[in-house]
Amino acid sequence: MTTYIPIADRDEELHDHPHSFITKWVFSQDHKVIAIQYGCTSIFVGLIALVLSGLMRLQLGYPDSFAFIDPADYYQFVTMHGMIMVVYLLTALFLGGFGNYLIPLQLGARDMVFPFLNMLSYWFFFISVLILLASFLVSGGPTGAGWTLYPPQAILRGTPGHDMGITLMLASLAVFIVAFTMGGLNYVTTVLQARTHGMTLMRMPLSIWGIFVATILGLFAFPALFVSAVMMVFDKIVGTSFFMPAILSLGEAVDHKGGSPILFQHLFWFFGHPEVYIVALPAFGLVSDVISTHARKNIFGYRMMVWAIVAIGALSFIVWAHHMYVSGMNPYFGFFFAFTTLVIAVPTAIKVYNWVLTLWQGNIRLTVPMLFAMGFIFTFVHGGLTGIFLGNVTIDLPLSDTYFVIAHFHMVMGVSPVLVLFASLYHWFPKMSGKMFNQTMAKVHFWGTFLGTYAIYLPMHYLGFLGVPRRYYSYGTTDFIPDSAQTLNANITNAAIFVGIIQMLFIINMVWSVFKGKKADPNPWEATTLEWQTPENPPGHGNWGSKLPVVYRWAYEYSVPGVKADFVPQTIPPEEVEMEEGAGPYIYRGEEEHA
Amino acid sequence: MGLFRILTEKPWLHSPQTPEGLTFEESQISGSPQKTALLFFMGVVFAVFGLFITAYFIRMELDDWRPMPESTLLWINTLVLFLASVVLQLTYNALNSDRANFVKLGLLAGALLTAAFVAGQYTVWQQMNGQGYLINSNPANAFFYVLTGIHALHLLGGLWVWTRAGIRVWTGTNPEKERLAVELCALYWHFLLLVWLVVFALLSYT
Ligand code: HEM
Ligand SMILES: [Cu+2]
Repeated sequence: MTTYIPIADRDEELHDHPHSFITKWVFSQDHKVIAIQYGCTSIFVGLIALVLSGLMRLQLGYPDSFAFIDPADYYQFVTMHGMIMVVYLLTALFLGGFGNYLIPLQLGARDMVFPFLNMLSYWFFFISVLILLASFLVSGGPTGAGWTLYPPQAILRGTPGHDMGITLMLASLAVFIVAFTMGGLNYVTTVLQARTHGMTLMRMPLSIWGIFVATILGLFAFPALFVSAVMMVFDKIVGTSFFMPAILSLGEAVDHKGGSPILFQHLFWFFGHPEVYIVALPAFGLVSDVISTHARKNIFGYRMMVWAIVAIGALSFIVWAHHMYVSGMNPYFGFFFAFTTLVIAVPTAIKVYNWVLTLWQGNIRLTVPMLFAMGFIFTFVHGGLTGIFLGNVTIDLPLSDTYFVIAHFHMVMGVSPVLVLFASLYHWFPKMSGKMFNQTMAKVHFWGTFLGTYAIYLPMHYLGFLGVPRRYYSYGTTDFIPDSAQTLNANITNAAIFVGIIQMLFIINMVWSVFKGKKADPNPWEATTLEWQTPENPPGHGNWGSKLPVVYRWAYEYSVPGVKADFVPQTIPPEEVEMEEGAGPYIYRGEEEHA
Repeated sequence: MGLFRILTEKPWLHSPQTPEGLTFEESQISGSPQKTALLFFMGVVFAVFGLFITAYFIRMELDDWRPMPESTLLWINTLVLFLASVVLQLTYNALNSDRANFVKLGLLAGALLTAAFVAGQYTVWQQMNGQGYLINSNPANAFFYVLTGIHALHLLGGLWVWTRAGIRVWTGTNPEKERLAVELCALYWHFLLLVWLVVFALLSYT
């Protein structure tokens, strides 16, 4: 048998070290720099989306007090807020940011297998962001079609940004998809082929499993968005009728006829639902590692966690029409999708149980990342439960398009992934920057965000039950919305402004700590995974110095009986593990029961 | 290396060297990363066309659909693309049997045939346009132009793979990489030929 040489150590793969500022920080091919570029860009647009949500809330909480927000603006804010949050913040930060940073480091590779393609991926993403932001500057402004971009209204004259806005949005998405595909090919190939010696697939940390499966979902789901964007651009620019029916617009008949808006909805949600899991699966993975590390316990049911990730990934392709219960579909069809939707709750629930069981009797350290991770368990359970309501056709019908839906999806795919992002950013910040952040400021940030988002979204469930519709600029007078709803809305707005402002603590903390923070310990959380064992902190170019690490065990060797330290890094050979006095030699967990 | 065996490994029990556990080599996917990436990329392209074709079938059911007339030129183009694919395969075979002089010729011929195919497709567009089958006059026409256009774009994108192969062949410093590059080039062309055959069948029989 020939001995295996990891890809990173084959001669032709040895990387040049970049010297000038431009090749080191701008057109860098180093995965760590690309990760940070992805991270900063996506957080920057995320802040824009946050400001937009604040503006919307001002209008809803204090109607007509802010003259500069007219109904058209409101629709544009809704649309850009939703699209930026889902695609340009969460997708880009989880996969472009954490995917890039962690895949080579946690697997013991020197870099991605195609560093140049990786760099291109970032710059395409950057261009897509520029195109997106350009739509704020063109005449007519950005599109106000809602993030779902449903035709016919997306391109009809009554909709804000029906001209340049929607075109730029579709163009930006297409470029984003190209960027994602370049990155995604890199991530899957690196996971499959560039792991270091000893890192079998089932020894990979769950972060990598989540990112890996989410990337595969993205590779096969984004084409649906791409296809619908292409067809919509044709409808818009050359006047085809893929989606556009014959319709009167502002009193005049349009040139289109016979197209099917429902076809667009199917295509959009065939992308849109897996997109939820493109965001959620990396979050599941990252949070598992954070929880296990800070509870000093091995993750409960590792294999089940992996299977659940894979199962959720597969199932996520057959639930899309639960977003279309109100589109007049055949009841049997609706029944099928309600069924699959409830089935997907099973592996999801398994994951929740396993997180909780990992915490059970753990030696919990209430560090900042751990606080955010535990906050995630609350918000995710909460959002997941309302999802079970909405998954049932008969319950969804009256609640569809109300604030109940807004509350549900913000809990499950807004707040929850964002909490994991914060958990992960704080967790890996000492590795990325080599500095420690300010703990007190970060704790204030956590409590403000966690309690504040509850103050925003919990009351929204109630508004939804009343029947308050989503995507409305103002409600006028109705029989079903009592005046007190307005008081509630004002308080929700106050909470939203508070949460928005408190995010500045995070930004200040990060920026300040990068420059002025205390030097961080190379392994401050006493974690087992490879990225914490690099010879330099932060890791240098090529990550591992002269020799690649060798992996001897899985990533969850915490609090092993008889071992002196309460964690055993993946790289320490069994014979070098220090034992307590009187304890026998180090053995693999469970080998006893096995024998 | 069964997927089942990989996914049922108990990572907390075995060192990878123990007989019950998987060895590391068993869990490593063999083959070149370039090939893996290309296979995944072909999967993505497959999804793109699969979704277009699904949309085609759904849109076809609506009553304003008027099929396009057939064009003989499309048959000729198909033949040309088929030849391009064959030539690239022969180039790869030649590389293996050391008939080196054929390799450069083969690569160039493959590119020329592909260019001829794209030009041919463009001519079909012109013909259809001339006969009044405009892109916006019927959904069948719209699908015709979009499907042929996207397919041609993927072929042009193949220039990336082709150029890589070209560079390897012309510099000729690393025979192993040269072989791989030409192999992947041929593979991508076969794939796009297959996609074209499906699209062509769809356009002619509906
Ligand atoms: C403090 C944080 C946030 C606040 C105050 C907020 C507020 C809002 C508001 C007021 C709306 C419009 C409701 C309407 O009129 O229909 C909205 C819509 C939306 N938000 Fe957020 N949001 C926040 C964070 C997020 C995050 C993190 C995500 C990421 C998934 C997100 C995703 C969306 C989406 C997808 C929509 C729907 C847009 C549409 O209807 O087209 N939001 N949000
Ligand atoms: Cu869904």
